Parts: sequence; C-alpha cells; structure tokens
Amino acid sequence: MTVRLPRNLRHALEAWAREDYPQEACGVLIGRQTGTEVAISDVVRGRNLNTERAPDRFELDPQDLLRAEERALSLGLDVVGIWHTHPDHPARPSETDRAHAWEAWIYLIVPVRKDEVGEPRAWRLNRNGFAEKELKS
Amino acid sequence: MNTVSVRIPMPLRSYTRGADEIMVDAATVRQALELLGTQHEGILDRVLDPSGELRQFVNIFVGARNVQVLDGLATPLAKGDVISIIPAVAGGRHDRSRPMAC
Repeated sequence: MTVRLPRNLRHALEAWAREDYPQEACGVLIGRQTGTEVAISDVVRGRNLNTERAPDRFELDPQDLLRAEERALSLGLDVVGIWHTHPDHPARPSETDRAHAWEAWIYLIVPVRKDEVGEPRAWRLNRNGFAEKELKS
Repeated sequence: MNTVSVRIPMPLRSYTRGADEIMVDAATVRQALELLGTQHEGILDRVLDPSGELRQFVNIFVGARNVQVLDGLATPLAKGDVISIIPAVAGGRHDRSRPMAC
C-alpha cells in the first residue's frame, strides 16, 4: 500500500508541527482509498484535549473528527486517517499510539524538534501491530 | 419508530461490507445501535461493552451533539436524524527517554 501526501499538505502539517512545538499536534487526514493506494487530499487541524500531558500525549477532540467526517462527506471523500506529531521523538508509533489505534486508518506521524521538522512516516495497524506504508508526494 | 441513518467510520466498515451509512427504524440511540448490531454481526461489540454501555473509546453523536450531553443511549430520535459513530482518537510519543533520530 502506498500513501500519497501532496507537497502542499505536507508543508501545512510541518507548519502546524512547528507552531505547536513542544506540544503534540494532531488532526485528521481526508482523502480516498482505491485499491492499494490511499490518496490524501486534505488535512484538518484538530484540538488536543490532553492539555495536562500535551508534550507527550494527544487526544483529538471528537467534535473535530465529526466536523472532518462531514467535510469529507461533502467532498465525496472519506476520513482515511489521523496525523499527529512526536516532539523530540522519532516518527515511530509508540505503545500509547498502538493501544489507541483503529484498523483501516492511516496514522501519519510527523517528528519535530525545536528547529527542524523531520520526515513524516505513515503506518497502518494490522493484527500484528503497526506496519509502515510507503509515503509519496 | 423513526427512520434514521447511522454513519459508519472507516475502521468499522469491515462489519458493514464497506457500507458507510446504514438506515434503521428506531426510537432511541440504543435501539438504533442494537438494530445495527442485529443487521451487522460483530459491530455492536465494538461500540457497546458487555454491560451494554458505550465503550470508552467510542463517541456517539446525534447531528452535531454528543449523546453524553443529551440523554446518553436513551436519547430519543426524530425522523431523519443522523447518528455518527466517532472513534475516540488518542496516542502520543509517551516514552520520553529515547532520543530522536529522524
């Protein structure tokens, strides 16, 4: 499976990652899954409700996910996944990520440091845990 | 009874053969979910716990309102209402001890 993230959307995620650093940022991926490809065509910024542990945890406001679902529906698309940042940490899913993940969605993780945003990586949960998916622009 | 639609998020569509919306005739949210479970085996276990209460990692909305601020699963339904099953989404890097290597 390949995940396509257009360059302009990647730049939007990078900007939000920088703005929210050192807090974790999170949001929703909107697009379409066809065959073995997930094409992301919109990204939505969500609110992190976990304000007490925002540097290392996130909890997406369900109202934001509902709005993203409605936006996707109006565009004839779907919510195809979730994005979030890992401040000062690699773009690999943590045990916390795995414990809360849902199958079928793409999880895009953006690593961010004070002065640099790293390469995002895409993951999908299956029965054996997270498997990395090829990410292209 | 009122005909309402239940929107199914992508992670639960394996239970509905890919359908993103299911129509049911129901008077309350609980009834709608139970009918959904009758039509699509396995999905109810992902939404309700063994005691019949909403699972911690699932939110149910009627229109734009979370049933938690309405009458919960007893929330009455009107004809044409849209019920959305919204997965709770959480996570985070958590382990702060490992260095970043991106």
